[in-house]
Amino acid sequence: MSRSVWIFGAGVFAGVLGLSAALAQDTPSGNAANGKKLFETIGCFQCHGYVGQGGAAGPKLLDPVPFPAFIVQLRTPRQVMPPYTERVLSDQQVADIYAHVKTFPLPPDPSTISILK
Amino acid sequence: MGTGTVSKTPKIKRRQFLAGAMAAGPVAALAATTKSAGAVEAARPSVPAVPQTAGDVHAPSALPRLTTNGKVGGDFMVDCMRSLDVDYVASCPGSTFRGLQESIINYAMNKKPEFITCTHEEISVAMAHGYAKIAGKPMASLVHGVVGTQHAAMAIYNAYCDQTPVVVLAGNVGQGTMRRPGVEWAHSAHDQATIVRDYVKWDDQATNLQDFAEGLVRAYDLATTAPMAPVFVVADADQQEEEIAGHNLTIPKLRKRSQPVGDSVALAEAAKMLVAAENPVILAGRVQRTDAGPKLLAQLAETLQAPVVDDRARMNMYNRHPLNHSERGNAAIRAADVILALEPYDLYGMLYEVDDLIGRPSRPKIRPGAKVIVLGTTDTQIKPNITLYARYTSADLGITGDAEATMPLLIQAIEKEVTPNRRTAMATRGQKLKEQSAGFMKAIHQQAALGWNANPVSTARTCAEVWNQLRNVEYTMSSEANFLSMWPYRLWEMDKPYNSMGRSVGGGVGYTCSASLGAALANKEHGRITVSLNGDGDLMMSPGVLWTAAHHQLPILYVVHNNRAYHQETMHLQRIAQRNQRGSERAYTGTTLNEPNIDFATLAKSMGVFSQGPIDNPADLGPAITRALDVVKKGQPALIDVVSQPR
Repeated sequence: MSRSVWIFGAGVFAGVLGLSAALAQDTPSGNAANGKKLFETIGCFQCHGYVGQGGAAGPKLLDPVPFPAFIVQLRTPRQVMPPYTERVLSDQQVADIYAHVKTFPLPPDPSTISILK
Repeated sequence: MGTGTVSKTPKIKRRQFLAGAMAAGPVAALAATTKSAGAVEAARPSVPAVPQTAGDVHAPSALPRLTTNGKVGGDFMVDCMRSLDVDYVASCPGSTFRGLQESIINYAMNKKPEFITCTHEEISVAMAHGYAKIAGKPMASLVHGVVGTQHAAMAIYNAYCDQTPVVVLAGNVGQGTMRRPGVEWAHSAHDQATIVRDYVKWDDQATNLQDFAEGLVRAYDLATTAPMAPVFVVADADQQEEEIAGHNLTIPKLRKRSQPVGDSVALAEAAKMLVAAENPVILAGRVQRTDAGPKLLAQLAETLQAPVVDDRARMNMYNRHPLNHSERGNAAIRAADVILALEPYDLYGMLYEVDDLIGRPSRPKIRPGAKVIVLGTTDTQIKPNITLYARYTSADLGITGDAEATMPLLIQAIEKEVTPNRRTAMATRGQKLKEQSAGFMKAIHQQAALGWNANPVSTARTCAEVWNQLRNVEYTMSSEANFLSMWPYRLWEMDKPYNSMGRSVGGGVGYTCSASLGAALANKEHGRITVSLNGDGDLMMSPGVLWTAAHHQLPILYVVHNNRAYHQETMHLQRIAQRNQRGSERAYTGTTLNEPNIDFATLAKSMGVFSQGPIDNPADLGPAITRALDVVKKGQPALIDVVSQPR
């Protein structure tokens, strides 16, 4: 087994463990205002955009996955997203970010945007 | 081709007057026996700088020859450029080519070539890079000795990585005895090309004008033969300034040259594999070389009824063509049983996923057993130092030949191989692909609507607003789009060979704003508008492009994607900081362009460019584009500063 394959396998295993732990959690209440501040200081916006629209660097965050899956992705991300461990971001801070993400406005129906026709 | 004979007639050389003066003066004997330049200077006769009396109306007998008669070497160099149909010379002035510059403005009367004034050699070479990609032929860039070459180096490198022909002429005072004391020694070299030799196709430092003529024509010939690349030719200062009366100089005629094509046996083998395939896929790297490129690639795809995944390094494939499946590139690659990679510059990167994680884990995109055919000239460009060649990637068949030149032969070979059964299967496949692509635009519009009213403005909104006003205009999108989430390629219709300029490949920042200017220069005579969706970091590398755009009245619209950061680098620091579990709050240190925010509109205005912004309300963008395009349509540059989402 090559080194890179081993690391990939270990990452998946860690992700599964994290998922099991996180699924047991309830969605904590979060402070959206603090979440906005965090979203824009720790760099979530860099890949996902200021309003979670996503782009080439990261997927959209509108209508996000349930909190347990959200925190697992933050702690042990799939693909190439940087990991946000508990050493740098507490569970409460993640909840705050989640609360902020939930405030993102849904986009207009593209059929109502004249220049996209 | 004639090479002629160089006359033995003594030449009046650049600073030979010193010797003349000494011979005529009372200390000729001393000068003749003195080897030290310092001693010679000390022994020079004293000639008053101005007449000393009203009756002093005679020229001092000790004065050197002051004028030339007839043509000089610089004029001949202009003739050489004219013989190669070089229309422009982009340059930031420098004394090591003063003779040639004087010939351009007075002998050529600044026409063919016209001197395009730049504020940095990096701009002048990148301009030539962009010009060649749109004009389909090189222009020249004239750089100052040593320091100008050093400034030009990154842009030369970009052109090399992009396989684009640029003729770089560099001034130099080759003979030590002909250099002025001081700075001229700092601006000359024995072998100036050593500064850039790693990334030019060929270089020359001629010892006389006949050699210069042959060197320049050879350089042009090599630069325009695939794989194309920049070339570097030293124009010696003394050769520029010497009289050429009595010389028997000739300029060799440029060869009419074909481009290298793949051999027929290999093409037949490739055709067999492609026709037998159930899911062939065409990967397009740097395919387009001429206006014929996109049409040929479409023809190849249609012949095979195979999807094309376009890397957008060139204007390879019409983006709304039903067989352009770049929207689902990775999925198409994963499904392929035979892959035809045309002019790939990083085949490994096309066929494998490499995660930016510890250990750089990678995995193939292609399925086991999939066959790979490579057609291109990139492997013939390899040089020892620069690792442009990327990882060595196995393939089942490698065909050396220029893809665009070879495509007609490959199409013929495929046609020969197709049986009625295979034609039916291919038609069925093609129909499925067309149905699949019919859904692309709907998905694109849904994604573009995300963040539609966001402040800062989303990159999708910016690109949609620009396209809305560009629909009925002949245009070139001259910027790279990977920092714009590829929105121009997704939202704009690109069905002309000049609609996109592709990538720089080298990734040297400052390319976009400068190469765009070259595109605008090439487009001007065709009445086309050039639009550069320009990164703020890129524009800050070479803001002098704005002055050149205004000075030469180039119709270009700069739309600044102003995310107030070297954003790619912010993301890199964020990644490493999070990997090291130190938090990414400080990832902005050294990677952002704020505090103070840069006011690009004022910057542009200061250099005579019409400007709008900063605009952070998306509702203001449409009217600003209208106003700016009105200016550009009248042949002037304009700039819109859009405060933007990162990507």
